[in-house]
Amino acid sequence: MKIFIIVYGLLMTSLMYTVFQKTRQQSISDGAEIYEDFCAQCHLDSGVGVPGAFPTLNKSDFLFENITRSIAAIKYGLKGAIVVNGESYNGLMANQGLDDEEIADVMNYILNSWDNTYLQTITTAQVQEVQKP
Amino acid sequence: MKLSYFPNLLIFFLFSHLSCAQEENLPKIETPSKSNYTYEIVVGDIDIPWGIEFINENELLVTEKSGLLYRVKNGVKQTVEGLPDIYVRGQGGLLDVALHPDYQKNKIIYLTLGATLEGAAGGNTALYCAKLNGLQLDNTKLLYKATPNTKKGQHWGSRIVFDQEGHIYFTIGDRGNRDLNPQDLTRDGGKVYRLNLDGSIPEDNPFVDQLGAKTAVYSYGHRNPQGMAVHPKTGVIWENEHGPKGGDEINIIRKGKNYGWPKITYGINYSGTIITKNKALPNMEQPEYYWLPSIGPSGMAFSTSGVYKKWKNNLFVGSLKFEYLERLVLKNDKVVKREKLLDKIGRVRDVKEGPDGSLYLGVEGKGIIKIVPSK
Repeated sequence: MKIFIIVYGLLMTSLMYTVFQKTRQQSISDGAEIYEDFCAQCHLDSGVGVPGAFPTLNKSDFLFENITRSIAAIKYGLKGAIVVNGESYNGLMANQGLDDEEIADVMNYILNSWDNTYLQTITTAQVQEVQKP
Repeated sequence: MKLSYFPNLLIFFLFSHLSCAQEENLPKIETPSKSNYTYEIVVGDIDIPWGIEFINENELLVTEKSGLLYRVKNGVKQTVEGLPDIYVRGQGGLLDVALHPDYQKNKIIYLTLGATLEGAAGGNTALYCAKLNGLQLDNTKLLYKATPNTKKGQHWGSRIVFDQEGHIYFTIGDRGNRDLNPQDLTRDGGKVYRLNLDGSIPEDNPFVDQLGAKTAVYSYGHRNPQGMAVHPKTGVIWENEHGPKGGDEINIIRKGKNYGWPKITYGINYSGTIITKNKALPNMEQPEYYWLPSIGPSGMAFSTSGVYKKWKNNLFVGSLKFEYLERLVLKNDKVVKREKLLDKIGRVRDVKEGPDGSLYLGVEGKGIIKIVPSK
C-alpha cells in the first residue's frame, strides 16, 4: 500500500508538471516561432545580429551575465548604451508586446540555440517577477 | 591548355558564380562628396516617431509607436489624451496620423493603429477618426477594423493620404500571412483601402459588386506599405512597401489593380530561399522601382516648395535599414537618380514636407528633425 501511495504520488506530480508547466523542450520550440516572428528581423536567424547596429545573441557575454536584465529588455524594451562582446551599442529595442510565457519561451530558445547552452530553464513565473528597471 | 587562358577562365567562373547572387538594381545609390544641407532637431526624445502631420507652421502631431500621440508647439511636446485602446505587438502599435482635409474648420484627425476590439486574441489594423480639442480627443469613432485578429507581429501597414475628391486612403500589410491575405479580396491585409471621409464605402470602389469582397479595397497584392504620398502634379497616389529581401517597391496606386505579392516579386526570402520565380505575370502591376538591396523604406514625401535648390519634385524616402534619407530623381515617373542624404542619421520612420516647405523627418531615438542649409 505504501509503495502504491508513493508511486501514485510520483505519477500525479509528474502529471501535474506536464499539465501546468511546459517542458523545457516545448518552451524552446515555441520560442523558436516567437524568435522568427519578432527577433530574427534584426538579430538574424543565426543570432549574430549586425555588428554596430544589432548586437549578437550568439555567445553574447551581455546576455549570459545579465539574464534578468535581458528578460526586462524583452518585456519593457531597451534603450541606451550597452557593451556586447567588447563592442558598444547605443540603439533602441522596442517592447514587442510579448506575454510572460512567450518571453520565457524565446529566452529559452535564445539561451539554447547556435553555440549557446544554459542549464536552467526560464519560467513564466520568473518573467512575471521582473520589474521595469 | 595554355596557361594564359587560366586567368580568363578564372574570371569566367567567378562571374558565372556571382551572377547567381542578386545584383544591385540601377541606378546605383550615389553619395554626394559635399552636402549643402544639414539638420536641426525640432523636437527631441521620441523613441519611434512613426507618423508626422503638421497643423500649421508652428504646430505638429506625431505618433509614438508604443501608443503616445504628441502635440508639439514651438518644439515643446505635450501628450494628447483620449486615444482608443491600442494593441502593441511586433511592428504594430500607434501608426499614422492625418488631418481631415477640412481640419481647420472641423478639427477632425484620423489615426491608424493596432486594435483587438472583438474576436480572437491578437489584433489587426484599425482606422479611427476623432475630434482634437487641444490636448483631448473627443467623439472617437471606429471607421475600419481589419479581421481576423492575429498574434503575428508583422506587416500592419499603415499610411493615410487623401485625394481631392473626398476620399481617404490607408494601407494594411499582409499581417504575416502572405499565402492567404494579399491575393484574396474577401480577406483583409495586403491592400490599399479607400473610404469616404465619414468612413462609408464609396459607391464607385472597384470591388463593390464582387460577391464577398471587402468593398473598402482599392488595390491589392501588397506586402507591407509604409510610405504613401500624393504626387504634387498628377494627384496620383504613390506608395512604397517593404518587400522580401531585395524586393522593396515603389508603386503608383491605381484603382482595382493587383500588385502581385506574393505571386510576383523581385525579392527572395530573408532566409535565402526562393518565393517565386516570377517577376512578372499578366494582370499584375510592375513596380515603378524596386530596391535591391532592400533599404527598408518607410515614409515618403515629394518636395514641392523649391526651398532646396534642385530638389523640386524629387521624391524622398526614409531608410530604416541603412539609416539615411534617399532622394530619388524622377523622369516620366521612372527613377533616374538616387542619392544618399544624412547618412547614419538613424532609422528614418517618416518624411513630410512642412507648411514652410522644409522637409521634416521622424528618426528613431532622436525625434523630429528638419533639413536646413549648411552654414
